[in-house]
Amino acid sequence: MSGGGPTAGSGRNGAAPAAIAVEKIVKKYGAFEAVKGVSFSVAEGEIFGLLGPNGAGKSTLIRMMTTLIPVTSGRAVVAGHDVMKDADAVRRAIGVIPQALTSDQDLTVEENLSIYAKLYSVPREQRERNIAEVLEAVDLTKWRKAETKTLSGGMRRRLEIARGLVHDPRIFFLDEPTTGLDPVSRIAVWEMLNNLKKTRNLTMLVTTHYMEEADRLCDRIAIVDHGTLVALGTPVELKQSVPGSNVVEVQFARESDAWMERLRALPDVTEVQSQSAGVYRVLTSNGSQTTTQLVEMAASMGEQLTSLSVQNTSLDDVFVHYTGRQLRDEQVKSVFMMPQRPGGNA
Amino acid sequence: MNRMWAIVEREMRKFFRSPVLMIMSMMLPLVQLVILGNAFGGKIRGARVAFVDYDHGPESVKVREAFDSVAANIATFNAVEYTDENQARDDVREGKVDAAVIIPAQFSRRVYAQDAPRLGLVVDNSDQFMSGSIEGEMQSLVDALNQPVIQPRLVKSIALEIVELYPFVEYMKFLLAGSISLAMYISVMIGGGMLYIDDKARGVHEGYLVTPISKLELVMGLNIAGAIKAVLSGISLTVIGSLMAGLGVIFHPAALVQLLALILGTSIAFNGMMFLMMVRVDDPLVPRAMFGVLNTLLFFPSGAIYPIAAFPPWLRAIAIVDPFTYAIHGFKAILLKDGGFAAINGDLLFLFTFGIGTLLLATPLFKRTL
Repeated sequence: MSGGGPTAGSGRNGAAPAAIAVEKIVKKYGAFEAVKGVSFSVAEGEIFGLLGPNGAGKSTLIRMMTTLIPVTSGRAVVAGHDVMKDADAVRRAIGVIPQALTSDQDLTVEENLSIYAKLYSVPREQRERNIAEVLEAVDLTKWRKAETKTLSGGMRRRLEIARGLVHDPRIFFLDEPTTGLDPVSRIAVWEMLNNLKKTRNLTMLVTTHYMEEADRLCDRIAIVDHGTLVALGTPVELKQSVPGSNVVEVQFARESDAWMERLRALPDVTEVQSQSAGVYRVLTSNGSQTTTQLVEMAASMGEQLTSLSVQNTSLDDVFVHYTGRQLRDEQVKSVFMMPQRPGGNA
Repeated sequence: MNRMWAIVEREMRKFFRSPVLMIMSMMLPLVQLVILGNAFGGKIRGARVAFVDYDHGPESVKVREAFDSVAANIATFNAVEYTDENQARDDVREGKVDAAVIIPAQFSRRVYAQDAPRLGLVVDNSDQFMSGSIEGEMQSLVDALNQPVIQPRLVKSIALEIVELYPFVEYMKFLLAGSISLAMYISVMIGGGMLYIDDKARGVHEGYLVTPISKLELVMGLNIAGAIKAVLSGISLTVIGSLMAGLGVIFHPAALVQLLALILGTSIAFNGMMFLMMVRVDDPLVPRAMFGVLNTLLFFPSGAIYPIAAFPPWLRAIAIVDPFTYAIHGFKAILLKDGGFAAINGDLLFLFTFGIGTLLLATPLFKRTL
């Protein structure tokens, strides 16, 4: 693993064979280095999350692992096959769900699945069986004969997932599977992916912008920034790796430059982040104690607090800690930016 | 090979579900066939010619009678009486009349005296077609007037006997070969060019590339599908266009086989050419921007509208390597002349060689990765 994460890059269980093993992988576009010697491994049956802002290199990583772009140097082994030396064997073992919805709208749900099954040379009887099974798994059986253009966004995303499973892969790559979905559809997709993992013993590698999604879905998470892997671990491990186990968010009625210093001086406080309009995020190892001291400090100075909240450290805090950036900015960008074109930088 | 047929199946299902491609590919050629076929094929009728007679003698009356005869029969022009030559000349310049015939004073006397009698014809030569037609008709009129009243027993002048091998070919029939080729070209441009790049940009090809499909299977699948779409467009326009132009050749089984061979060869040639041009293109705007340029560059030098023999050498050079040229020559040979395979062997050889050659060039350029 490159960068300083809480755990080094072995699989979750030391004895479990790695479904994906990436060693010092590099991708260069001319002089630009999109991925800079990243190493990690994913154990069989694990859901592994790749987090990172736009341009961090996570899509480039996924494209190298799925044989879409050649590796400049280093090695990636997927399902026991080297992506450069035995690309066809890798392709047979994996299912890939791209970020964009690419199912053909003029075709029916079944036709979309059938054509992909044929692309994987799935024999006719097995094809029929697989289509029925994956439609059941994604709850689209009754839409089998419907034209894809009649489906909602969430249903189309479920169709994409079914399409990636129609040849019964061992490893599943999902590039931002819930982008553009409403909260209800997003939760439905999470539940579906969890069920698939249990019923099919799938290994999944997921990229996402949603911290909550990564927290709920992933067994382990890697944070990628500027082409390097900056942190890797379980969600709990990552949260523990950030100084302070609680976050106190406070807003003072009157803004002052002195608040930052005074807050830092409080016992147990590990970090203070200034936000807009007099709002401060205070990372502390003892939330209740810090809250009491903060209220007392304000009272003794005759200052009023406009708002005060205490929360546990979230993956948002982990992300900010390791990348120095708010993922919220990226979420806003993802709404306004078009999906990346093939061949573009990750 | 199953994977290749999966690509073909996908493309054809999309094609039949969305008949817009078929309709759009035939719309322009059909409109062109109807509009150009009717606009360009006809002869000039009802042109207004100013008639200025300063002679008023018996010979000028003969000229006027011949003039009226033309107006009453083939109706190329009608006479409009003028008394002033200058006014007639000005009106030709201003477009109020299309030409002016001036019969000078003493015209009859000069005819009888065999003293080089002359008729004046003022034409607006900014319109070559109109002025050429009036000049031609007036020359015929003057030739008729020059005929001796009593024919000599031995005719010394050389006569040209013209034998036309085929019935009169209206311009719409002449244009049909170009329209069929154009329909196939548009089908390939939309189905094989624009939709191919759109699919690339939408990430559809990314979906293919993560499957175990080989480069050859993918290239062949895309090209077979593109060629089938072009064949269907070609067959549709051949049938519709032949019926509109009044050509019954499509009902002859032998001609039908020859037409099918030509349509297939043309489809393969156009599709190979388009795939070679688009194989490394990612931007959906490129095929749209190229559409008009390619259309002009390939269609017009092909002899579809105007004979290649009239082109300057550089334009003839384009025609030699242009698959349109061979497609149009072949279609004309079958549709207008019923020439059989002997007349289209060279065209078929070029079209198939060109199609396979461009495909062989494009295949190594096709990237199996992004």
